[in-house]
Amino acid sequence: MTPRETKPGGSRPKLAVWKFSSCDGCQLTLLDCEDELLDIADAVEIAYFLEATRTTQPGPYDVSLVEGSISTAHEVERIQEIRRDSRILITIGACATAGGIQALRNSMDHESLKASVYPSPQFIDALDTSTPIADHVSVDYELRGCPIDKHQLVEAITALLKGRKPSIPDYSQCTECKLAGTACVMVTKGIPCLGPVTQGGCGNLCPRVGRGCYGCFGPKEGANTAALAADLAALGADRRTIRDLFGGFTAGAPAFAEERSRHDG
Amino acid sequence: MDRAADTSVVTPAGGLDALIEVLRARGYQVWGAQETDGALTLGPIASASDLPRGRIEAAEAGTVRLIDGPRDAFFDHTLPMQGLKRAVYPAEERLYEVGMDMAAEEDPVEAPPLAVLGLRPCDLAALETLTAVFEDGPFVDTRFRRRREALLLIAVNCMRPAATCFCASMNTGPRAEGGFDLVLDEILEDDRHVFVVGAGSAKGREILDALSGEPAGEADLKTARAGSRACAEAQQRRMGEDVEALLKRNYEHPHWAAVAERCLSCANCTLVCPTCFCGTVEDRSSLDGAQAERWRRWDSCFSLDFSYLHGGAVRTETASRYRQWITHKLSHWHDQFGQSGCVGCGRCIAWCPVGIDITAEVAALAAAERTAGQAGKEA
Repeated sequence: MTPRETKPGGSRPKLAVWKFSSCDGCQLTLLDCEDELLDIADAVEIAYFLEATRTTQPGPYDVSLVEGSISTAHEVERIQEIRRDSRILITIGACATAGGIQALRNSMDHESLKASVYPSPQFIDALDTSTPIADHVSVDYELRGCPIDKHQLVEAITALLKGRKPSIPDYSQCTECKLAGTACVMVTKGIPCLGPVTQGGCGNLCPRVGRGCYGCFGPKEGANTAALAADLAALGADRRTIRDLFGGFTAGAPAFAEERSRHDG
Repeated sequence: MDRAADTSVVTPAGGLDALIEVLRARGYQVWGAQETDGALTLGPIASASDLPRGRIEAAEAGTVRLIDGPRDAFFDHTLPMQGLKRAVYPAEERLYEVGMDMAAEEDPVEAPPLAVLGLRPCDLAALETLTAVFEDGPFVDTRFRRRREALLLIAVNCMRPAATCFCASMNTGPRAEGGFDLVLDEILEDDRHVFVVGAGSAKGREILDALSGEPAGEADLKTARAGSRACAEAQQRRMGEDVEALLKRNYEHPHWAAVAERCLSCANCTLVCPTCFCGTVEDRSSLDGAQAERWRRWDSCFSLDFSYLHGGAVRTETASRYRQWITHKLSHWHDQFGQSGCVGCGRCIAWCPVGIDITAEVAALAAAERTAGQAGKEA
């Protein structure tokens, strides 16, 4: 057996996985870690993970992975409990880190929106807004994406087990393209792309198959969305196209929400 | 005789395949430019038919489109998206791994003999610039050196500039003056398509001797030189004079904020630049903690993490990042390495998503300084 980090008493660190308003895809990324899953299960005690098992153990937990946005009054309370019970809290995915696609409602009238979707809107008990976890409790690390990247997830777990800082780059998606040798879709084909204002880390998924980045990793630090939007307009994108480009899975992230509102109407 | 090459022969255009065969027979893998997904990339070629013959780049600031050129030349195109840098300095590589016994074992450098066909004078200059960075100081990067020493450099003198080229004003082209093993001039006249092949090293001379061809006549050498001169004159961009001092006089200037209004800090310019050499080192570990690895990858002064020191990042504003890049490239490089860090290839202009132009920014800064100077005199 190889040595592993153990807590006093010899037990493995306890990992919990929590779900808020979300589609479960990011949690599934943990189960998608096929090659690493046995090693993860060996290194940590999976104490709470309803997607995988009904067996649960009470807190406190060493690491909590939190998926989903805060979308109901009940969730506002529940995230506080989870924070209290967690030594390290990592938010995973576009919903938890930016409010998700459901944050599109933040700029609309919620009552009329409910009425337009549900035959009996009076039964819908939801907040007017969908907000990221960090708006409610302190968050130790963020993994971006819709869904998250499995390599970043494994890196985060591995680093925290060893007590080192996870290597989660804050550079642009363009940096990933250039590291991979992917030709720029905007420069060579004029395809609208959010890569220059989006945080990298997805593994260069869209541009490498000739598609523009749609920003599911959310804004990179210092995202100059206004300059990119002006350039997209120069390439021929109309206001609505630009608005919708910034209104995707990370529409609630402030930099994207502002750019979207500048192209509203 | 051409000044830069010690002997020249003329070989018909079909001689390119003969050259490739000669290189293969000597154990070289052969790389050249090719068209991939609408861009030129540098990679292995099987024969001259893999080259983007007849194609040229319609390049402008922020735009590169490959289109059919006016004639059937092999080398009327200019530059692959990323130059030779990837071959000598990989974008990402593992340096070593270490196990529980703490014995670190450096990863060996795989550097089989590699002949690169069609290198442009600016990229040759860039290789020399990188060599000065990685090998000329007290600490030699042996990984870089092993890869560089495995190279056989076959240059092509440019006959046609892209709109983003400005090598003539950086004195790096469009005619190669050295640093190559072989150099080609492509001559395409009405019914005559030939290459003038010259040698620039003993290795190149040996390969040249293995090629069949006639000694180059004065007429062809003259045509070749005239082609290079015309190419220099056709360049639409140029770097302004006295840039090194201009930038040093203007560390504080409103123009930096004006550039930052447009700059995306996306790092594309640095990652296509053939001389930008910054990298970062990261440690990775296995889940069970039994094995650790050290990796190196390209980094950029446009990322926030790049300037992270104890307590936070030094360059939080885009204005300070752009200034850092351009002042290092055009000014501090002289202090550090005794030359400019820019070779005039124009990649940073073409591959900037919003088309920021290094020559135009320098010109704008110089113009702003002149205007301020005149205003000062009048006041």
